[in-house]
Amino acid sequence: MNEHIKKATRHTNQNEGLIFEKSSPGKRAFDLPPLDVPSTDPEKSLGTHHRREGVEGFPEVSEIEVLRHFTRLSTWNFAIDLGMYPLGSCTMKYNPRVNEYVARLAGIATEHPLQPQELSQGCLKIMRLLEKCILEITGMDVVTLQPAAGAQGELTGLLLIRAHHEKHGNPRKKVLIPDSAHGTNPATAVIAGYDVENIKSNAEGQVDLAKLREQVTEDVAALMLTNPSTLGIFEQQIPEIAEILHAKGALLYMDGANMNALTGITRPGDLGVDVMHLNLHKTFSTPHGGGGPGAGPVAMKKILEPYLPTPVLVEREGGRLALDFQRKESIGRVKAFSGNFGVLVRALAYILAYGPGVRQATEDAVLNANYIRKNLEGVYDLPYTRPSMHEVVFSDAAQKRHGVSTMDIAKRLIDYGFHPYTTAFPLIVPGALMIEPTESESKEECDLFIDAMKSIAREAQTTPDVVKTAPHTTRVRRLDEVGAARKPILRWKPAKRSEAAD
Amino acid sequence: MRYLPKSPAEREEMIAAIGAKSIDDLFSSIPETYRLKKPLNLPGPLSETEVIQYFQERAAENSTGYTSFLGAGVYNHLRSVVTDVVLQRGEFLTSYTPYQAEISQGTLQAIFEFQTLMCQLTGQEVANASMWDGSTATTEAVLMAERLTGKGRVLVARSVHPEYREVLRTYAKNSGLHIEEIGFTPDGTLDTRALQNALKQDVCAVVVQSPNFFGAIETLAPLADAAHASGALLVVAITEAVSLGVVSPPVEADIVAMEAQSFGLAPSYGGPYAGVIASREKFVRQMPGRLTGQTTDSAGHRGFVLTLATREQHIRREKATSNICTNQALCALAATVHLTLLGKEGLREMAQHNLSKAHYTLAELEKIPGVKRTFKAPFFNEFTVEFPRSVKIVNAYLLKEKFVGPFVLGSAYPDLTKHALVCVTETTSRAEIDRFVAAVKRALEQPL
Repeated sequence: MNEHIKKATRHTNQNEGLIFEKSSPGKRAFDLPPLDVPSTDPEKSLGTHHRREGVEGFPEVSEIEVLRHFTRLSTWNFAIDLGMYPLGSCTMKYNPRVNEYVARLAGIATEHPLQPQELSQGCLKIMRLLEKCILEITGMDVVTLQPAAGAQGELTGLLLIRAHHEKHGNPRKKVLIPDSAHGTNPATAVIAGYDVENIKSNAEGQVDLAKLREQVTEDVAALMLTNPSTLGIFEQQIPEIAEILHAKGALLYMDGANMNALTGITRPGDLGVDVMHLNLHKTFSTPHGGGGPGAGPVAMKKILEPYLPTPVLVEREGGRLALDFQRKESIGRVKAFSGNFGVLVRALAYILAYGPGVRQATEDAVLNANYIRKNLEGVYDLPYTRPSMHEVVFSDAAQKRHGVSTMDIAKRLIDYGFHPYTTAFPLIVPGALMIEPTESESKEECDLFIDAMKSIAREAQTTPDVVKTAPHTTRVRRLDEVGAARKPILRWKPAKRSEAAD
Repeated sequence: MRYLPKSPAEREEMIAAIGAKSIDDLFSSIPETYRLKKPLNLPGPLSETEVIQYFQERAAENSTGYTSFLGAGVYNHLRSVVTDVVLQRGEFLTSYTPYQAEISQGTLQAIFEFQTLMCQLTGQEVANASMWDGSTATTEAVLMAERLTGKGRVLVARSVHPEYREVLRTYAKNSGLHIEEIGFTPDGTLDTRALQNALKQDVCAVVVQSPNFFGAIETLAPLADAAHASGALLVVAITEAVSLGVVSPPVEADIVAMEAQSFGLAPSYGGPYAGVIASREKFVRQMPGRLTGQTTDSAGHRGFVLTLATREQHIRREKATSNICTNQALCALAATVHLTLLGKEGLREMAQHNLSKAHYTLAELEKIPGVKRTFKAPFFNEFTVEFPRSVKIVNAYLLKEKFVGPFVLGSAYPDLTKHALVCVTETTSRAEIDRFVAAVKRALEQPL
């Protein structure tokens, strides 16, 4: 009898199948207005060869089924709107809803990127004001808003550096990247045509200046530095690092992924950084949306301006804004049209809401991270003890003795109502627990998180199996990732009825 | 500040608990000389009402009140309010990349459905979880072909979107790719003879777009045969994905690079959109970007995870297939919801409306003396016409009559200055088309 009961009692356990499994011929969820011109015969206009009868296997469902399907799926996600999301280096802060509202306004969402510029002055003004704000925040001279995400910002930055060196006779061969860097840095350097040379952090998690002096030669195009580093530590010697590079004609690239620790406190442009990107979906609160979209503006010093990607936003006489496509030394385009404009709108709305008060957000983010650090020090191992900025990195060294890993602790956090922190990154900390609370968490939420972490540390000693088999409260248990990769099933296919039942 | 959940007393309490004297102590690792001495010079703070007002004022300076016949890679289509209702659910909007599968099954299953829909549409076996847009997807498809074949010459149709070709050139410059362009015939499709002449054993990819930038639909089978005969792969770019509702899918392609903006995403002055890469199963390990796969949990229930991550930058670093990390997940979700709403019949009907409206518009324009269809190849919702005078002049007149005119082909093709790329979708009514045609007629009758 039980096998016929398809509906479970708790909504998060509802047996929501794939939309394709709900399909039944003849159902529909959308009607078009009647066609008001003569219908063109596809057979005649396209020819038999090009004509398609319809998409095989496409779902046929009603509107209520669509809404329920996706609403039910949504309940299987954790989200910032549900609670603390302490993913290190991801800056999962509150995504203000007014930003969503303004991005959808008629006259904003409706605009075509190729429409005449005299009909686009509103869009161009938004971009101009965001540019000015970014320059003020970073202390740079020029910015491009075109890159679609952080990784594309990195590529744009390296292409600018390459163009600069080429102009001076030699593109150079290598890009230096610290061992604590995010994986996009080395992957990007390769696309820009550079060899990657790793530089080791010293025992304090800082760049080893003596070693750096040896490594920086005339072959080095740039150093890509994340500051604060992925250990959440501010690189104090950044002006000296810039000097070492500049002495050999190399440039300093800063990965601005962690700008949430610096906004309103200090400016990379004042520290000797030549070019950097920002992740608007981190520091500037645009929603991560389950993996994107983002935007990765690149801010730079004047020396790199000639190489900006096209088009470049310029001011003409009378304050009229225009897009300049005629730039002889440009690195070219990195993306079609004008960047992820809708994301730019949201970022500007965020900045306008704070104004100069954005410094308070930075202070609260750093306060939260240090509060959590203070309360968990001694409970979890702290491999690097220099002051923390916006995030703190512990290791699972103490829990490992009981066979409990950072991943187990992370999964157990889910049962306590939190999203896991970042696990196993940065690579220089074996078994890392990388915690970034952001400014969006109240003292109460931080206290709950601390309690949960302490409780899990106790469990690791007394009942390690509970931790190792977590989570226990989710719709699905730990998933077989090895099996998924060994025999990849990457799409739904019609199956026999008996196989389709889950 | 309304976004910050701490009272002054709570801040003091937390500072004291840390053992610091003031908040400034927490920034002691930043040398004093580098700390800002004065507040940032930023506009604001603005209340919610003022934020809305600022953007409403900017919106009013844009194109509201104009009827557009502009396509060229970005298309205005109907969108159900249901799509946005789903998109604005905080559980989708404010969640991260689904690395923690147990609490990300919603996003993961939706991506799995997206991958399936993209396969069904394109006739390909596998599709990824999205790229940044059509232009970067096309570029990544070429880089993928380079890895698969180990060769470096790329033959790109001149009828591929000009901005897509620009992006490809930017990426190619430093990755050892050599790009050559292949022209088009008088019917607007790829010049197959020129292709045959250029095809040698050193070519990794032949890149075409269909419908191409002129709106002309390419016949892919002979292009695939020619490419394969010299060991190259056929990459097919698609900018107008609604065409797949009535035009046969590019099954002959080895890699499809598609822009999914047409599926529920607003033009939004250039983005965010969603790029797609779809391909053959045997090539999956050289695909860029994230992939979702089906698996089971420890209790045997079906579930989904990000898979084949050993291709990606966070594992492989400098040896990754691409540097892409953040993609366009929410845009892919929009496309998934939109296509689910349209369903099999809705997509076919929408495509049929586009086909009919564009063909009606062409027929009406051809009644104007001196207006000629440029290319004879079959088309979907975009076509090219030649005016007896420069398109820029015609468009300047149209603007006065509250029309955003067609794309000026001369801006990207100096040999086509009198040619216009006209786009008509299901959103344009017959009355608007008729008014537009009358306005074009008047524009051409204006004394010079």
